[in-house]
Formats: sequence, structure tokens, C-alpha cells
Amino acid sequence: MTEYETIIGLEVHVELKTKSKIFCPSSTEFGGDPNTHVCPVCLGLPGVLPVLNKKVLEYAIRAALALNCEIAEYSKFDRKNYYYPDLPKNYQISQYDLPLARNGYLNIEVNGQTKRIGITRIHMEEDAGKLIHQGTIATSPYSLVDYNRTGVPLIEIVSEPDMRSPEEARAYLEKLKTIIQYTGVSDCKMEEGSLRCDANVSVRPKGSREFGTKTEIKNMNSFKALQRALAYEVERQIAVLEEGGRIIQETRTWDESKGVTLPMRSKEEAHDYRYFPEPDLVPLIIDRRWVEEIRATLPELPDERRNRYIKRYDLPAYDATVLTATKEIADYFEECVALYPNAKAVSNWMMGDLSRLLNAHNMDITQCKVSPRQLTDMLKLMDRGTISGKIAKTVFEEMFATGKDPEQIVQEKGLVQITDEGTIAAVVDEVLASNAKVVEDYLKGKDRAFGFLVGQVMKATRGKANPELVNRLLREKIHSQS
Amino acid sequence: MELYYLTAHELHDLLLKKEVSAEEICRAVFDRIDAVEEKVKAYVTLTRERAFTRAQEIDRKIAAGEEIPPLAGIPVAIKDNICTRGIRTTCSSKMLYNFVPPYNATVVEKLEAAGTVMVGKTNMDEFAMGSSTENSGFFATANPWDLERVPGGSSGGSAAAVAAGEAITAIGSDTGGSIRQPAAFCGVIGLKPTYGAVSRYGLVAFASSLDQIGPFTRDVTDCALMLNAISGHDPLDSTSAPGDVPDFTSCLKDDVKGLKIGVPREYMGEGIDPAVKEVVGQALKLLASLGAEIEETTLPHSRYALPAYYLIATAEASSNLARYDGVRYGYRAEDARDVVDMFMKTRSRGFGPEVKRRIMLGTYALSAGYYDAYYLKALKVRTLIKQDFDRAFEKFDVLLAPTTPTPAFKRGEKMDDPLQMYMSDICTLAVNLAGIPGISIPAGFVDGLPVGMQLIGKPFDEGTLLRVAYTFEQHADYNRRRPSL
Repeated sequence: MTEYETIIGLEVHVELKTKSKIFCPSSTEFGGDPNTHVCPVCLGLPGVLPVLNKKVLEYAIRAALALNCEIAEYSKFDRKNYYYPDLPKNYQISQYDLPLARNGYLNIEVNGQTKRIGITRIHMEEDAGKLIHQGTIATSPYSLVDYNRTGVPLIEIVSEPDMRSPEEARAYLEKLKTIIQYTGVSDCKMEEGSLRCDANVSVRPKGSREFGTKTEIKNMNSFKALQRALAYEVERQIAVLEEGGRIIQETRTWDESKGVTLPMRSKEEAHDYRYFPEPDLVPLIIDRRWVEEIRATLPELPDERRNRYIKRYDLPAYDATVLTATKEIADYFEECVALYPNAKAVSNWMMGDLSRLLNAHNMDITQCKVSPRQLTDMLKLMDRGTISGKIAKTVFEEMFATGKDPEQIVQEKGLVQITDEGTIAAVVDEVLASNAKVVEDYLKGKDRAFGFLVGQVMKATRGKANPELVNRLLREKIHSQS
Repeated sequence: MELYYLTAHELHDLLLKKEVSAEEICRAVFDRIDAVEEKVKAYVTLTRERAFTRAQEIDRKIAAGEEIPPLAGIPVAIKDNICTRGIRTTCSSKMLYNFVPPYNATVVEKLEAAGTVMVGKTNMDEFAMGSSTENSGFFATANPWDLERVPGGSSGGSAAAVAAGEAITAIGSDTGGSIRQPAAFCGVIGLKPTYGAVSRYGLVAFASSLDQIGPFTRDVTDCALMLNAISGHDPLDSTSAPGDVPDFTSCLKDDVKGLKIGVPREYMGEGIDPAVKEVVGQALKLLASLGAEIEETTLPHSRYALPAYYLIATAEASSNLARYDGVRYGYRAEDARDVVDMFMKTRSRGFGPEVKRRIMLGTYALSAGYYDAYYLKALKVRTLIKQDFDRAFEKFDVLLAPTTPTPAFKRGEKMDDPLQMYMSDICTLAVNLAGIPGISIPAGFVDGLPVGMQLIGKPFDEGTLLRVAYTFEQHADYNRRRPSL
């Protein structure tokens, strides 16, 4: 059987979170009653003209610089002509042959190795509106149109066909999302559509230099969907070739519920967009000094930050990657480390209990009630021996639920650790007296019996006894008895 | 002379002297409309009530001793492709028969600020596509000088309204000659300013890179006053020129001594009616006698202007007119099976034949496989044409040519022959491709029909055009003749 190589390139649309739309003053806010964030310009009424929102250009340049692109000195807008009811002018103002930026890249980790994925180009364009149907588009007796999204600024980021597996494609998209979020120009929420992704996929016999015929896959609405759709499509293409068939160049749509890609339109049915220069806008001549000013305001990006964490905090690479996955997580970590120098302890709590609770409540770190100060105060309580590691887990859950300070929780619930040897010794004596059979088992070599005795002491002290003291005293007293 | 036949600055003087009120001027114009509109048919919509309310406001200001701007109380007609808030704006198309804009075009705002009184919205070739106003989706407009003849187009309603005394001044739009050609046919002054001099915001686009708004007036002084009122940078139009504009009335000097006037031989050759050439020749003699230096020159790429124009203008139009699909406003075919059927039926029925012809031509010119051969080639020709003018203006202050190859033609004469119709803009198209200003002024008469002469200037040098036109007007009285209706 022939071995195949997979070739994937992604086209990613990112909504920029400027306050107003790309060519008019209407709000870009997500949600809102239908057709309330509109004006004559974004509705494409007769006679109106677009005026470029300079903030959009600034944000697009910011994203492009973060993705290591060259910013064009001369760029322009073009019209992409096609008819659809969610597109008020029946053309989209986009950029065709002179995009804002070219020749960028980002790095992904593949089996512990860094791999560079090329970015061909980044251009600006306006978003379209949304059609709303009763039931499905096929059965609805009418279509309603909501133009709130019309004219929301987008950048389209086109990658080189550099990815070799669905996993790499997913890693690329995740990394792209992280970098864009770091720059602060977009929320990149796939579920709200502020990050959208189409894929070009082909396969070829391993060792072949020529590309196979590609298909374009649309309608993948999550990272998981992207990976599943690509895996399905790769298998489908290989199966077609193995049966002696040919791949048809076409656009296919991912059916999430059936788990398959389905034909949407063939190459012959593809639109002729009749691109031509947008005569209502003047060409962009982009000042180099302005580009450098924007570059100077770029934050530390995920790769740099990750490397710094490894070097400065001596963290394992895995920890550093997880802690820099979003700017907010990394900021939280650094606030903690500023208050409490044991970076590995902070990392363990953030990647452990904090992460688990956030996932369980479907929250992100910006919604977390526990402040970095509170988390580190709790770590200090542990260091001082006020609470044990076991109690700390209980305290932390309470902090997460209520946002209260750890000291307050410890006091209210009486969770202060018992470190008085006499108090613990008295409990140990009681436990040994009422469990003579277990002590016997232990002395015969049954190690598990010791654990039971520890448990009984902890139970009697409601978990507050210092575990090391309990262990020591139990051992001492058993051996002195025998 | 009757009030309705005076100029704006004459009426302004009467207002200042309190010899007449703005309301009386308004009444005179509407009485005139009542008398002749049935024959001329210049208007799609009249805004009579609003006009009287506005005129009374102006009168109150005068009575209160307030200073009024020069165009205050002057009845102005607006071409029906310029958006007016709360007033139907149809582009003389069935497609927009019921469209009421929720906003004013910038020029409309500026004219209101200047105190003018809007009389109504004038008839035009549908979406400004045509040269006779016969392509109106509603009715044709007649030439006030000869009701059997066309007023020119596409701003035929505006030109006819000024010529017939149904407005004192008017606003039109010019994409390939649509102000200058009807001005010539109707014996009035028509100016197409430099591209970017007047905001296009609110002008329903035909060809965005060529469209420009400009005035129709009865003399050059009024033209300068109107240009003062409507020009200037507009943040709502990215293509509008930055910077301040001069007071154009300061250019109104009776002096052309030493001014270099070039006469492009391509505009005086084949295809130009000898009688028109004779009129232009006489005008040149007059200007020479006043001290202008006149010399023949050449614009070698002129013969490519018409094909280049009809590729660029139609390409842009095919995209600009895509929004008329029945989804949001205007006409919608109600018997459609689905959305594509609705698009097709709406556009098939809503647009007239000339608009459809141009949309098809423009769509073709932009299509994959034809773009380079047609649209891109036309853009290159456009650059060459612009360079022709640049070279000519190294030597000359203005260029002078006929505005049209013939005086107004008969109604119906060219309706079955689009190419012949297109040829009537042969002297004006190149000016739009180059983005430079052009003015048409009455230069004489042939068989009782007005003949226009076109002055073409350097970018943003409307001042010199006005100066030459003003000087000519001081020594010839063609602009003071009125049609008998």
C-alpha cells in the first residue's frame, strides 16, 4: 500500500475588536437586537461612501507584526463581487493583489521539535451579516437578515501549505489564537465567530514533489471540529486514490453531527468575484515610523515569554507552555510569583486545582474569584504550617467558590493545623487502645494497617493534625508498646 | 425680466434692497412651474410646501436684520440621484420609485446651510446613464428651446429647469459629460469641478472614479457662488480633496490678456458639426481680440477616450448597481420562488434597457479572462489620456473645445442607436477620465438652438475657467437669452 503525505494550509478570519466598524461609526458589539448596530453606510444605502477606521489599520498592523510579517508600504482595497442577501452592497470591500502584509510565520511544537509555519499574507476586509431562518434554510418559508455584523472589521490570515497533519493544523490554529490574543486586537472566540477557519487539504504519495488536487473544507466551528474534519478528509482522499479514483477540486462542508465532509460546490460552480480596485477609497501609503511605533507597543509574545519562564523560573517546558497559553494566565502567574518566589509551587497549583476548578465551572482565569494575592497567601499558610497540604485543598475550593481570604476561611471553619505534640499524642493513644487487632496486623508486616491508623487519627482531629507528627508519634508508640 | 428668469446674484440684490421677498421669488418660480412644467417635464418630485416654509424662514431672517448669505432664498433644483432626507430620491428608476433616504447628501446639507430653497428633484436618465434624459424610467424631459428636442443628459431635468425658469440654479452630476452636455443643449452654464472638489457623499453612484457633482446657472457669477457653497473637504468622502477652497467670486475678472488658450485639434475635426465649429471659431476670435493667446494643440489619445470610458464606467457601475436587489429597499418582485429568483426578477423588471446594457458590459469587462484585455487596458489608456492633458497644461492655461458635436438633437433620434448616443459625449468624456474641471458656457446659436463651448482646466484650477468664462460673458450676451415657452 502507498504511503501518503498530508498537505494542509489554513485561511483564518479574525474579527478585530475595534469599537466601531471598519468603514462607518456603527458599533461592533456582539449580540444586540437584530439591525440595531447599523447605519446607512453599513446598510449600503444608495449614495453612501466608506471611510476607513484608522484603528482597524493599526490593529491589523499589530497582528501582522506579531506574526512576523512584512508590512506593505503601498496597499489598497478592492471589491469582491458576489450576490448574497447578507451582503448589503452585493460586494465585499476586501484586499486582492496588494494586501496589507506578507511573508510572516509562527512556530508550533511538533513532538518536542519547533516547526515554522509560513504565513503567506494578511489582508483587511469587512464582515457580512447573518441570515436567520425558521428551522433550517431548506424548510424555512422565509429568510430574515441581521446586519449587525455587517462591516465588522476582519483580517484574513492565509498560511503556506506547511502543515503535514490535522494535529499540526490544530496546533497552528491554537498558536495563532494565542498570539492574536496576546496582541489584544481580538477575542478570538470560535463560538462567537470572532475566529473562523477554512482549510485547504490534499494528499500525495510520500516522496512526491507535486501537490495533489486539493479540496477546501468549511464550517469547522471548534478546534476539535477542525482536527476531526481534516482527519476525515485525509482518509477520504486516500480512500478515493486507493480505489483508483481522482480527487475533484471542490469546496466541501463539515457535517459535525454525521462526522463527514460533504460536497458544497465544484470548481466549475466557483464564483468569479470580478475583483477590481475600490474607487471609493484612496490607496494606503503606510508610514514606516508609524509601523515602528506600533511594533514598539507589542507585548512580550508567547514564545519569548515561555522561554523566559524556563530560564528565569527554572520551570519545565511543559509548565512554561501551559502557563503562557493565554496572556491572562501568564499575567496571573507573574503576579503570583512577584508575591511568592516559589514558582514551581505556583505552577503546580495553577495547573492543578485552579485549572481543574476553572474547567469544571467552564470559566476562564479572568472570571476567577481567587486573586493572585489570595492564592499566594494560602501557599504561605502552608509554608508556615498553619494548614496542611490536604487542608489547603479544602480551603482553596472554598476560596474559589466565595472569593474569601484563606485566613478567614481557616478561622471560620477552624481548620488550623494541630501541631501540639501532647494533643496529638493523646489522640494516638486512644486510637491504639481501641484498635489492638490492627496494631497486631501491622506488626505482622501488614503495611496497609498503618495507613488505617493514620486515617483514624486524622478523622478524630477532623483532618487538622499535622501529618508528619501523626506518623512519627504512631510509629514511636507502637514500637515502644511492643 | 420676470423674477424667475433673473440670476441668483440679481435676486440677492433685490432681497437686500427689500424690493422682493424670498416668498415672492418662490411664488414666481412655482407659478412658472405651474405654467410650463406640463410641456418641459423637468421634475420627478416637487417640494412646494417645504420650499415656501424655507422661503418664509429666510424672509424672517431678513426682517430681523440678520445678514444673509448670497444664495439665501434662491430656488434650487436638485438632480434626483442626490439624496435628500425625507424626500423621495429615485434616480429616475423604477428600482428606486419609493426610496426615501434617511440622510442628506453633503451638497444638500451645504446648500441648506447656504440658505437656498429646494424646489424639487429633477428628472434624469436612469441612474445617470444616458445623454438625452429619454432613458428616464418615468418620462422624458423636453428642451425648453424646442420641445421636440432633447435637453441632453443625464442631468437634463436640471438643465431644462434652469433654462425654462423653473429654478434659478440647479445641481447635477457629471460622469462623462452629464452636466456640460445638457448645459450646452439648454443654453445655460454647467460646471464639472475637479474630481474630489465636491463631496460625493449622498450622490447615488454610477461610476465612482468619474462622478462629480456640479452646478447649473444662468451666468458665471452664479456659478462661482454655487461652487463656493458646495465645494470643500468632506470627512465622509475619502476621495474628497483636503485643504481649503478659495472664494471663487474673486476669480471673476474681465481679463484674459496674455492667457494661453489651447485648442485641441482632435475636438475640432471630423464628427463635429461645421455650424458648431463656426460658433466656437467666433468665440475664439472674440477671446483673441481681448488679448488671449490662442494656439492649436493636440491630445493624441483622444480617440481612445470613448472606449476606455465605456469600460471603466460600466465596470464600476456593474458593481455599484449590484445593491439594487429587492432585499432592503426599492422595488421588489413579489412573485419569486426563492432568493435568486427574486434577485433576477427584481433586476430584470426594475432596471431599464440602457442600465441593463451597461451592467452587462461592465460585468463582462471585469470577468475572469477578460479583465486584462478590457478593464486593465482601459485603466492604462486612462493614464495616457491624463498624460495628454498634463503635457498640454505645461504650455496652456486652459483648453477650449466645443461641448458637444451638435446642438440638441430630436427626441427619439438616437434611442435605437446607443453608439450614436454615446458619441454625443465625445468632447466631454476625457475630462472625467483625467479628473480635471470643465465648464460649458453658451457660445452662440445655430437655427435658434444654443451651442456650448467647453473650457477645460488644470486640476483645482476652476478659478481660471471662471475667469475666462466671465470675461467671455462680459463681451457676449448668449447667456442672457431666454427661450420662449
